[in-house]
Amino acid sequence: MPAVFRRLRHDLFATPGDALLSLGLLTLLSVSLVGVLRWAVGQARWAVIQANTTLFAVGRYPLEQQWRLWLLTTLLVAAAGLSWGLLRAHPRADREGILWPRNDRLAASLLAAGALWLPWALQLQLPIQGRWWALAALLLGLRWLAGRYGSRMGPRLLRLVPLIWPAIYLFGMVLISGGLGLMTVSPTEWGGLLLTLLAASFAILLSFPLGVLLALGRRSELPLLRWAAVIYIEFIRGAPLITLLFLGQNILGFLLPNGLAPDRVWRAAWVLTFFAAAYLAEAVRSGLAAIPAGQIEAARSLGLSHPQALQRVVLPQALRVALPAMVGQFISLLQDTTLLSLIGLLELLGVARTVMANPEFLGKNAEVYLTLAVLFWCCCAALGLGSRALERRLDPRTVPSR
Amino acid sequence: MAPPSPPLNAEAPPPWWRDRRVVPWLVQAAVGLVVLLVIAFLMGNLVRNLSAAGLLLTWRWLSQPAGFDLAETILPFDAGMPYWRGLLAGLANTLRAVLCGLVGATALGTLAGMAAFSSNALLRGVARVYVEVVRNIPLLLQLVFWYFVVFLTLPNGREALQLPGVVLAKSGLYVVGLAEGLRWQGPHLVNGVWQAPLRLSVEFAALLTGLIIYSGAFIAEVVRGGIAAVPKGQWEAASSLGLRWFTTLRQVVLPQALRVILPGLNTQYISLAKNSSLAVAVGFSDLYSVAETTLNQTGRAVEVYLILLAAYLGLDLLISAVMNGLNRVVQIRER
Repeated sequence: MPAVFRRLRHDLFATPGDALLSLGLLTLLSVSLVGVLRWAVGQARWAVIQANTTLFAVGRYPLEQQWRLWLLTTLLVAAAGLSWGLLRAHPRADREGILWPRNDRLAASLLAAGALWLPWALQLQLPIQGRWWALAALLLGLRWLAGRYGSRMGPRLLRLVPLIWPAIYLFGMVLISGGLGLMTVSPTEWGGLLLTLLAASFAILLSFPLGVLLALGRRSELPLLRWAAVIYIEFIRGAPLITLLFLGQNILGFLLPNGLAPDRVWRAAWVLTFFAAAYLAEAVRSGLAAIPAGQIEAARSLGLSHPQALQRVVLPQALRVALPAMVGQFISLLQDTTLLSLIGLLELLGVARTVMANPEFLGKNAEVYLTLAVLFWCCCAALGLGSRALERRLDPRTVPSR
Repeated sequence: MAPPSPPLNAEAPPPWWRDRRVVPWLVQAAVGLVVLLVIAFLMGNLVRNLSAAGLLLTWRWLSQPAGFDLAETILPFDAGMPYWRGLLAGLANTLRAVLCGLVGATALGTLAGMAAFSSNALLRGVARVYVEVVRNIPLLLQLVFWYFVVFLTLPNGREALQLPGVVLAKSGLYVVGLAEGLRWQGPHLVNGVWQAPLRLSVEFAALLTGLIIYSGAFIAEVVRGGIAAVPKGQWEAASSLGLRWFTTLRQVVLPQALRVILPGLNTQYISLAKNSSLAVAVGFSDLYSVAETTLNQTGRAVEVYLILLAAYLGLDLLISAVMNGLNRVVQIRER
C-alpha cells in the first residue's frame, strides 16, 4: 500500500500546483465520462445502427448475391488464421520464438470477446450471429492448428504460403464484381465498409510499387527522370485530395477517348492510388536517404549490376527504415477514403448520410458518427500496432517480448 | 606450353548499347519519349473532346454575373457580381479559415506537446490520449461531427450556452469585442436574438474547431519530437541552476527545440491549408465550394480546376516561404 501511495504522490501530487491540476483534471474527466456514459446508455437510440448493419457493411449489394461476400470473408479469415499461426511457428532463425506471446493471447481473447458480444449488441439475426461465431472459431482454430503443427511444414511449402494473399485478392475481386460465370454486380452497388476497404486496399497495393519507382526516380542521377518524378510528386502534394477527386470526376472524361474512362468508383480508386503514390514516394525517399552510399558502392564492386544492387542491397534496408512512415501514409489513406462521400459515392460516410436522411432516423447523427469514429479508430490503431510488430520482427537487434 | 592469353585491354570495345556513356542518354530518351507521347495523347483527347462539347479554353465567362449568393463573406459579394468576384470572396474565406486555424492549432499543439513532458502523470496521459484519439479518426468525420452533432444542436435565445465573454447559440458564436465608441461590449439579447460586436457563423466555427483540434494533434507530435531531441542534460543543468519546470521549458529547451520543430511545422501548416478545402462538407463557402458551384453553373471544368490548382499551390508556396524565412532566423549561426 505505501508503495502505491508513494507512486501516486510522485505522479499526481508532487507539488501544490500539480495537486491542484490533478484534482481539476480528475473532476473534469469524471464529469465528462459520466455524461457520455449516461448519454450512451440512456438517451442514445442505437436502433439506427442495429437496423442498418447490412447497409453499413456492404451498401446496396444485391441480397441474393451476398453469399459471395461471405465466401470471401471466410477465405480471408482462414488465410489470416493460417498466416498468424505459421508466423509464430516459424520464428526468425536468430531468435527464440514463443508460440503464444502475451500480445497474441490478448488479441485472441479480444477477438473471441468481440465475436461473442458484437453480433449480439448489433441484434443481428440468429443465423448471421452464428456465422460470425463460426468465423471467429475458424480464425482461432486455424491459428492454434498452424501454430501447433506448422513447424512440420517443409520450407518449400512454406514459401508458397504468402502467395495465398494475392490469390485471394484477385479471386475476391472476381467474387465482388462478378464475371467468370457469376452475375456482374456494378460498382455503383458496392458501398459501406466494403467500398471503403476495397478502395483503400486497391490504392495501398498499387501505390506501393508506384511510390518506390517515383522515389528511385527522384534520387536518380539522370536529370530527366529526376525532374519528371519531382514535378509529379510536387504537383500531387500541392493540391488538396478533394481537388484531385474533382479532376478525376470532371476532367478525366475529357482526357481519355470517348467511352474509355472508367466508371465513377474506379476513377476515384485510381485517383486515390496516384495521390497516395506521391506521398509514399516521399516516405520511401526518406528511407533511401538513410542508407549510406557505401552500401551501393560495395554492392557494385562485388559485381552486382545497378538494378541488382538496388533490389538486393539498398531497397530491403531502405524499406525497413521507411516502414513507419509508409504505414502512416497507409493509415491516412484509409482515412482519406471518407472524401469519396463528397463526390457522391456511398462508402461508410456516404452510407451514413443516406441513413440519416431517412425520416425514421432523422437527427440520430451522434450515434452514427460515433460508431463510424470507433470503427475507423479501431482499423487505424490496428494498422499502427501491426506496423510496430512488423518493425520489431524486421529489426536485426531487438528480442521478442514474452 | 599454353599460348599466352591475350592481354585484357586488347578485348573488343563493348557494343554501343552497353557503353556507359551512352546508356544513360538512351534511358532518358526512352522515358522522355514515353512521357511526351502520353502527354500528347491526353492533350489531343482534351482538345478534341472540349471542342466537341463547345468548351474550348476561355476566361470570358469569369466576368459574367454569378447568379448565386454566398452565405458569409468578408469581401462584399452578391448574386449580381461576376464569377471572379465570387471566387475571390471564396479565396478570402479560405485565407481567413487557414489563418485562424494556424494560430489556434499552433497554440493547442504546443500546449499538448509540452504537456507530454509534464511532471503530472495525469496531464501526460490526457495529452497522449488526445493525440491518439484524434489522429486515428478521419478529419472529415470530425468536421461533420462538430457541425451536425455539436454546433447545430445548440439552443437559440435564452437557453443558449453562455460562457464569460462568449455565447454559443445555433445562430452563431457571439464573442465579446470593441463596439462603437471603443468600449467593451459582451453578447446581449435584443428581442430574443443575440447581438455582439463579433459574430462567427456556426459553419465557420465548426470548420475552425475541427481543423484546430485535428491539426493540433499532429503539431503536438512535432513539438514533442522537437523537445525530445533536446539532450536530457539541458533539463538537468537548468534544474540544478534552480530554474522551474516552465522556465526551463521556455528559456532553455524550446529555443533549442525550435530548430527541429519548424520544418515539421511547415508540413503540418501546408496540410492544414489543404485540409481547409473540406469546408464544403460543413457548408462554409470557401474557395473549393465556390469553385464547385461555379462548375455546376458554367460547366467550365478545366478552367475552374486550373484556378483551384493555382490558388492552393500559391498558398502552399506562401506558407513554405514564410516558414523557411523563420527557419533561417532560428538556426544556430556558427562563427
